[in-house]
Amino acid sequence: MKGTNGCADKWRSRLINPVLGKEFTLRMRTVRSMWALFFYLLAIGLLALGYLYVTRMSSSGANAFNPDESRIMFIFISFVQLGLIAFMAPGLTAGVISGEREKQTLNLLLTTQQSSASIVISKLVSSLSFMALITLATMPVYSIVFLFGGISPGQLGMVFLFYWFTMLALGSFGILFSTLFKRTMLAVIVAYGITLFLFGGTAFLYLIVSQIMEEMTRSSGGAPGDFGWIGHLLALNPGAALYSLFDPEMTRWVFRMNMGSGGSLSTGQPALQLWQEFLIIYSILIIAAVLTAIRSVRPRLNKKSKRA
Amino acid sequence: MKTTIRTDHEARAAAPAAAESPMIEIRGLCKQFGAFQALNSIDLVIPKGTVFGFVGPNGAGKSTTMSILATLLAPTSGTAKVGGCDVTRHPKQVRKLIGYMPDFFGVYDQFKATEYLHFYGASYGIPKAERARLIPQLLELVNLTDKKDAYVDTLSRGMKQRLCLARCLVHDPELLILDEPASGLDPRARIEMREILKELKSMGKTIVISSHILPELAEMVDEIGVIEHGRMVAKGNVQEIQSRMRVKRILQIRLAGREEEAEQYLGGRPFVNRILRDGRGVHVHFDGHDEEQSELLHGLIEQGFRIISFSEAQTNLEDVFLEITKGDGEGE
Repeated sequence: MKGTNGCADKWRSRLINPVLGKEFTLRMRTVRSMWALFFYLLAIGLLALGYLYVTRMSSSGANAFNPDESRIMFIFISFVQLGLIAFMAPGLTAGVISGEREKQTLNLLLTTQQSSASIVISKLVSSLSFMALITLATMPVYSIVFLFGGISPGQLGMVFLFYWFTMLALGSFGILFSTLFKRTMLAVIVAYGITLFLFGGTAFLYLIVSQIMEEMTRSSGGAPGDFGWIGHLLALNPGAALYSLFDPEMTRWVFRMNMGSGGSLSTGQPALQLWQEFLIIYSILIIAAVLTAIRSVRPRLNKKSKRA
Repeated sequence: MKTTIRTDHEARAAAPAAAESPMIEIRGLCKQFGAFQALNSIDLVIPKGTVFGFVGPNGAGKSTTMSILATLLAPTSGTAKVGGCDVTRHPKQVRKLIGYMPDFFGVYDQFKATEYLHFYGASYGIPKAERARLIPQLLELVNLTDKKDAYVDTLSRGMKQRLCLARCLVHDPELLILDEPASGLDPRARIEMREILKELKSMGKTIVISSHILPELAEMVDEIGVIEHGRMVAKGNVQEIQSRMRVKRILQIRLAGREEEAEQYLGGRPFVNRILRDGRGVHVHFDGHDEEQSELLHGLIEQGFRIISFSEAQTNLEDVFLEITKGDGEGE
């Protein structure tokens, strides 16, 4: 028995480093975490039930629930969840380093043997774990969709993987700003600003640029496919990427591949689906953000000696 | 109470040259924040086992020097070595050798005292079993055994300071860098802190300590360094510096009558700057050395003054500090 405990301890110490252990313990000891979970579930539950109620009312009180409507409801809940993640991720991560700095605990941590990578990654993983817990806690809400059919468990799995990836991306940006800016308030504002740009700004830019390009193409007699490159703007948008998971045709539409020369239908396929391009772009951005955060958390002590 | 704190950590293995080198070796250390020169070519060597008091007014550069030694700040130029390891080239090895307590620090309020020390112990790579053996000893050393299960936010300021000191010791460092460890403490907590530091001194730790409460430092330090405007204006043994400063001394003379005459006589003597007379006698501000002082006494006796006592007023570290730092490098 003692051997089993010792083995478990050994594995625990390998998997959970001290900073991660501390983050887990302290996060779950605050009442704030419980309230965050409660309000998140309340928000998503109310929206899901509200949607169900409105749909049933609008279908003239019919007792049956159409599987198509169930699919739309699934998409609706998925977008609500994505919105809540976008709201939560910057708030949970943008203060993790600057907060330690403001509480005057960071210097103590930096004089230990913990590496910068261990500190940054542990804090990111801890925040993401809490967000993953919250999203997993919404599973019962999704079970409403399963009651009516129209959605496969595979699709649900894909959506959750997409959520966790989006959390990782937004969390990485949050932790980067938390490292770069000394004040948590500033880090949070910048993190929310970037999130707003990624969700709203890229969509707005896409619309504006597509209008301009359409005007220009029309006057020069070109084909809509000539400015298909503007679709890459939407590859930065998590909402568009999520929708492309539900509707693969969206990618063709975004890259203007459904319209060939003279408005004829094109049979070409995009090299990558919008969500695949999203994964590639954001994977690079995540790595860049995390590496920059790791380099910035401690002062660069050896820059002089290198120069020398 | 004699507590032995020894761990099997790798600190000693980290610095192969440590045995021969002094604990701290600073050469031409400069630090600039924009246009502000925080440190201006500081040179300092502190041998192992020394308790070194860092003295200076606010903003003089004490905390900056300590932060550089703690690998938290990069120097603009110059070198700083701890146990033979350069702080900029081998920061990880330096961190094994030091226990750093900043002037202002926070604690994780939701941790219990024991958990707090376990966390830092784990952060220094100390195995769980060893931590379990070590932490009760540390809590005993800082007199917090009865608070081991108390949440950190329920501890008083003095207890938090002591807990932080225990945290500094968790990996058994050779060097303790303590920036104002007694600041904000009430007299009792200050005395408790001082006793702990004496205990650590007896354990052979090298301690670099800054404090505004100079009499406290005088009691425990072997050497002091006075820093002002980023320059080290005096350094060395406390007694040496005091005697060096004693060139400007105050002589207290008690006479059996004829005090006014004595005042007139002393006013005409060389090296006498200023004379004050009160009910306790005549106080002479004297610039001379021991020989001139002896001549002054001899002259008084020759003039037939009946002297009850002739003594030198005791100067303490505060007087020395005020004397040294009263102008730009005047004490140098």
